[in-house]
Amino acid sequence: MRVIVNQVEYELPKQSMISDALSLINAKPPFAVAVNLNFVPKTQYEQFALNENDQIEVIAPVTGG
Amino acid sequence: MTAPLPNNLNSADALVLYGESFASRLLLGTSRYPSPQVLENAVNASNPAMITVSLRRQGSSTTEAHSGFWDLLKKMAVPVLPNTAGCHSPQEVITTAQMAREVFESDWIKLELIGDDYTLQPDTLRLVQTAESLIKEGFKVLPYCTEDLILCQRLVDVGCQAIMPWAAPIGTGQGPLNPYAMKLLRDRIKVPLIVDAGLGLPSHACTVMEWGFDAVLLNTAVALSNDPVAMANSFAMAVDAGRTAYLSGAMKPQESAQASTPLVGTPFWHQA
Repeated sequence: MRVIVNQVEYELPKQSMISDALSLINAKPPFAVAVNLNFVPKTQYEQFALNENDQIEVIAPVTGG
Repeated sequence: MTAPLPNNLNSADALVLYGESFASRLLLGTSRYPSPQVLENAVNASNPAMITVSLRRQGSSTTEAHSGFWDLLKKMAVPVLPNTAGCHSPQEVITTAQMAREVFESDWIKLELIGDDYTLQPDTLRLVQTAESLIKEGFKVLPYCTEDLILCQRLVDVGCQAIMPWAAPIGTGQGPLNPYAMKLLRDRIKVPLIVDAGLGLPSHACTVMEWGFDAVLLNTAVALSNDPVAMANSFAMAVDAGRTAYLSGAMKPQESAQASTPLVGTPFWHQA
C-alpha cells in the first residue's frame, strides 16, 4: 500500500505499523509522530496499523523563536 | 526535556508563570544565530528564564542543519518553551503541541496560530478556542497575540495565566508601535504580560518593562546583531533596568520647568 512519510511516497505491505514506516526513513530519536494530522504517542508505534494513503509526519527538534 | 527551574538572579522579584518562578525576565529565541557556539554564548550571557524551540520534519534540510541542537539543549540545561510556529489551524497547533510535549517532556507551549503569512499576524478569531483546547489538555499556554485588549481578556477568561502580546510584527525590530494600547493592556490585564515579537533595541525592552510588562521574549534582535553575545547581555541589562525602574515608581511628567537645585540661598539673587 501507498503511504506518505514526510511528504515522500513509499510502498509498504498491508497492515504495516508506524514502526515500519519509521524504519523506512531510518528515524532517529528524538522525534514525534502524527498520522493524518493526529498525534500518535510513541507507545503505540508497534500497534498502530497504517492504511492506504496515510500521511505520516515525523518531526524533530530545531531552533525556534 | 527540562523542568522550569528558578535561576539564581534576583529571586526576590521572581517572574511567576503558572505557579512556577523564574528569576530572569528575559526569554530568548534560539533561531538565526551565526553558529551554535554563538547561540550558547548568548544564552550564557543573558541567563534567560526559558529558551524557545520548535519542531520540523526529520530529514528535512532544517533538521539536518540542526543535528547537534538536541545535544546543545541538554548541555545548556535551560528550560525550553516549544512553539507552534508555522501552524495555520487549531488542529495543526494542537497536534504540534502534543508532539512537542512528548519530545521535550514539557507542558509549556508558546501558542502561535498564524493568520497571515506576510505579517505573521496571529489568527485572533481562532486563537481563543485553540488556547482553551490546549489548557484543557493540561498545557501551560503562552499565547502569542496582538495588543488587542478584548482578545487578551478572552484569553485570560479561558484560563491563560500569562499573555504574550506583540510590540510589532515578528522580526521587524520596530519596537512598540502602539504605546497607548500596550499601556492600556498593562493597566487592565492582571496576569503576567510578556512582550513577544517586534523589539529591536535594548531601549525597546527597557521601555516596555518600565511600563510594567513582566518580561520580554526576543530572538531576531539578538541573533542578527553584529555581536549576538554582547547584544544578549545588553538586553538582559535593559530588562533588569526597566523592571527596577517600574518597581521604583517613576515621577509624574510636569508641564513646566522646576529647578532641582534649591533656590533659597542662591548667591547674587536679585542683586543685578
